[in-house]
Amino acid sequence: MYAFDIERPASVADAVAALGTEDAQALGGGQTLIPTLKQRLAAPSRLVSLSGVTEMQGVASEAGNIRIGGATTHATVASQVGGTYPALADLAANIGDPAVRNRGTIGGSLANNDPAACYPAAALGSGATIITNKRQIAADDYFQGMFTTALEEGEIITAVSFPVPEKANYQKFVQPASRFALVGVFVAKYSDGVRVAVTGASNEGVHRWSAAEEALSGNFSADAIADLSVSADDLINDLHGSAEYRAHLVKVMTGRAVAAAM
Amino acid sequence: MPKDTGIGAATTRREDVRFLTGRGQYTDDIQTQGECAAVFARSTVANGKIKSIDTSAAAAMPGVLAIFTGEDFAEVGGNPAGWLINSRDGTPMHEPKRPVLAHGKVRHVGDAYAAVIAETVQQARDAVEAIEADIEELPAIVNMKDALAADHYVHDEIGTNQCFDWGWIEDNRAATDEAIKNAHHVTTLELVNNRLVPNAMEPRCSIGHYNPGTDEYILHTTSQNPHLTRLLISAFVMGIPENKLTVIAPDVGGGFGSKIYHYGEEALVLAAAKKLGRTVKWTADRTEAFLTDAHGRDHVTKIELALDEEGNFLAFRTETMANVGAYLSNFSTATPTFLHGTLMAGNYTVPLVYVNVKAVFTNTAPVDAYRGAGRPEATYSLERVIDKAAREIGMDPIELRRKNFVKPDQYPFASAAGLEYDSGNYDALMDQMEKVADKAGFEARRKESKAKGLLRGFGVNAYIEACGIAPSNLVGVLGSRVGLYDAATVRVNATGNLSVMVGAHSHGQGHETVFPQVVGEMLGIDPQSIDIVHGDTSKIPFGMGTYGSRSLAVCGSAVVRATEKIINKAKKIAAHMLEASDADIELKDGVFSVAGTDKSVSFGEVALKAYIPHNFPLEDIEPGLEETAFYDPANFTYPSGAYCCEVEVDPETGKVRVDRMTAVDDFGNVINPMVVTGQVHGGLGQGIGQALVENTTYDEDGQLLSASYMDYTMPRADDLPFYIVDHSKGNPCTHNPLGVKGCGEAGAIGSPPTVVNAVIDALQSGGKNVTHIDMPMTSHRVWSAMNNA
Repeated sequence: MYAFDIERPASVADAVAALGTEDAQALGGGQTLIPTLKQRLAAPSRLVSLSGVTEMQGVASEAGNIRIGGATTHATVASQVGGTYPALADLAANIGDPAVRNRGTIGGSLANNDPAACYPAAALGSGATIITNKRQIAADDYFQGMFTTALEEGEIITAVSFPVPEKANYQKFVQPASRFALVGVFVAKYSDGVRVAVTGASNEGVHRWSAAEEALSGNFSADAIADLSVSADDLINDLHGSAEYRAHLVKVMTGRAVAAAM
Repeated sequence: MPKDTGIGAATTRREDVRFLTGRGQYTDDIQTQGECAAVFARSTVANGKIKSIDTSAAAAMPGVLAIFTGEDFAEVGGNPAGWLINSRDGTPMHEPKRPVLAHGKVRHVGDAYAAVIAETVQQARDAVEAIEADIEELPAIVNMKDALAADHYVHDEIGTNQCFDWGWIEDNRAATDEAIKNAHHVTTLELVNNRLVPNAMEPRCSIGHYNPGTDEYILHTTSQNPHLTRLLISAFVMGIPENKLTVIAPDVGGGFGSKIYHYGEEALVLAAAKKLGRTVKWTADRTEAFLTDAHGRDHVTKIELALDEEGNFLAFRTETMANVGAYLSNFSTATPTFLHGTLMAGNYTVPLVYVNVKAVFTNTAPVDAYRGAGRPEATYSLERVIDKAAREIGMDPIELRRKNFVKPDQYPFASAAGLEYDSGNYDALMDQMEKVADKAGFEARRKESKAKGLLRGFGVNAYIEACGIAPSNLVGVLGSRVGLYDAATVRVNATGNLSVMVGAHSHGQGHETVFPQVVGEMLGIDPQSIDIVHGDTSKIPFGMGTYGSRSLAVCGSAVVRATEKIINKAKKIAAHMLEASDADIELKDGVFSVAGTDKSVSFGEVALKAYIPHNFPLEDIEPGLEETAFYDPANFTYPSGAYCCEVEVDPETGKVRVDRMTAVDDFGNVINPMVVTGQVHGGLGQGIGQALVENTTYDEDGQLLSASYMDYTMPRADDLPFYIVDHSKGNPCTHNPLGVKGCGEAGAIGSPPTVVNAVIDALQSGGKNVTHIDMPMTSHRVWSAMNNA
């Protein structure tokens, strides 16, 4: 690590002000940033910890939606969302290990937009709204490729609002070392159609599988996608799996998610 | 009723009290006032010419005390290879110098070319970044086949990337070739024994200390064998007289072989301590551990098995390329040769074995012994090709093995690979395995799996290993440059408790529990009154340390011999006290008595008398009660086992789950069954890890892609089943006093082929014509194999 200053503001306004300093960096749960700092791969002058911002904490239900504060940990989501949105709670309960879940936050995960992270699949698969200190961003506009989002410099995710589906499920086929998703598929059925979001597979990061959405919107069963195939073009090819393998897994995991959706 | 102390008692491990409550004392826990920190500058390229190293900017940075480069060590010796191997043509192996710091060239990613000593680690890191090294990147030599064909070299001065070309047994070569040519059936298999990163929980750490007043050095270091480290530093690398150097390995948090070896960092901290008159500490971070701890395995092998019409084995012929990495680590030349080739007859009466091993230099981390060291590679090749042969000739794999097993009435048995097995009963182990694994219930379980859409497979393996690594006479003939005895001193203190100084050094094995069980049993006293002293060359006799499942078989035997001497002397003292002849003294339950009388003295009274020798017949008995023994056995020991495993394969994804794993081992006599079970569990975890997930991967530029836990897969609890472990069918070793054989490596030797055999069985049961998949059998590899079949 290089030396840095750290602040722990109590409000979004103070956090935004603190992030105005040159080379300042927001710190969520630190599950990506802290290892990066330890490797000396980043050198922020100042970390602005969001963990003390109470208005960014917690879970609330509101008119068919569930709103989760940006600084809410995975463990909190896992334990508090199960009654309303079980697929989302299950996803949170299977991120990392207990230490990761007790530190890592939903806002941190979405802001980082790791191409193999779980939360981006839930947000995109649910058509969630990313709420920042400045605006509300639809998930379809928010994710812009691997580690790239619509967030501007100094913009903070204060909350995420998920419309609660009729049925949903997340299937993660883990990369065995990191236990991130080698391929993860989030399927959610709403009254106006089905959304399918895929993480872990693509060089473009999380994305929707529109052919499957169309097929499943007409017939919500694993059989509906039996004749579809996934192109391996632009999928990730690394020591854990080829692009072809990932393409195959996208279809298998989608079928399993549909079968398991509740 | 089971015993609660002594030999055979499953007592809990005493050392766990401190380990489990955070009170272990590991090297990095040692903090010395005024200590400073060493940080190494390490190569980011696999192969490069060092054109210049400018340390001026770094030297001017805050807190920097000294900077070393390879130039500073150009005149000191290299870290030597401990085992000389001669090639088939009689020429000795190539031994390029392994310097303390790279000089002239860097040869693998992580190769250290400079070191900064500063007041703090942070300052040293900052200064390392300010070193300006002009290193011209050269094409990396990574793949062994390419290395042998290349016209550029890891070590230019030897003009080849081949370290040696070894044949075993060379006199059998022609006959083996002939047998294979004329055989009724020959099964051929090409396989890779995947490279593994040792991943000890505790990273390496070394602290150098120098006292200018006495010219004495102390090295605290993470070592499995402090005396060997001292010998290497004194005799080869730095020339510090042994009597001026103390090497202390305190608690060691795992090693698996990687902490046998002397590393350059140890020499550096000593040199820096002397130069600065300060205590200098270096602790590896996890990335350094991945890049620079000696890796394990990394063989590419072609094996052929010749059979007659009845399925009798006629010959095994093996061609192996063994990666030794960029430099020869201390035992890297022994591992693929005498710890591998000599085991290539396995448990079988096969008359002919020929093994050819080419050791190859590459621009990768050095490779050396890792849990099992050569024997897992031998077992894997044998037990995979036997399984394949069984399928090809349509014979049950267990039946084929049984048909060729050495039988109990054949011991001592001279194997075709040159060893003499002293005892065993492989059929009895197989019988026990079939029973405790409920092999009979397999078909029902297979049906249950099928109902879930999963393919269940049954895999089997029989292994033998040579361990209790020794004896000096034999290993000397085979090329070892060190002896492989061990030593113990038993000191009975005046108040009747004991300190036992041993040459073995636990890095997880439980010596502090097990050795006192042996001594306590012999003396008839409570093991709790006996403590083990180990790891400090100023306190212990010259022993060779812990590896090769040797601690109990070799050092434990030295403990027995020293304790026998104690008993003999104590009997003399008791005879004097009881006014009897020492021939009439009996020792039972800690009491010395005169046979046939009620006259007796306790062990404690004898101990006190030894140190308060009033009225002693000093011409017959010296004061004190302390004895040392060195033990050098007559042979290796030969543990063996029958393992089986059941896996479920998901045909849609290729995901393998190990559902059941059974290990039936012959360890001879067992001192502490709980400790032995734990050793087997650990070995099985590592073996299953190798078989399924551990994936050391260098790219073509020699960059280690799997250099962190984000990409290097360690087996975790949920990757592993509950184990069935049985060591009830032991046949005592015939040549050591405890009849013990060693258990530390068995699990890691026996399990990889078992798992692979089970996966192949599962796939074939599902109609997939897959005959082999290389380890690690990741989901991707299994899926690819199924889809290419």
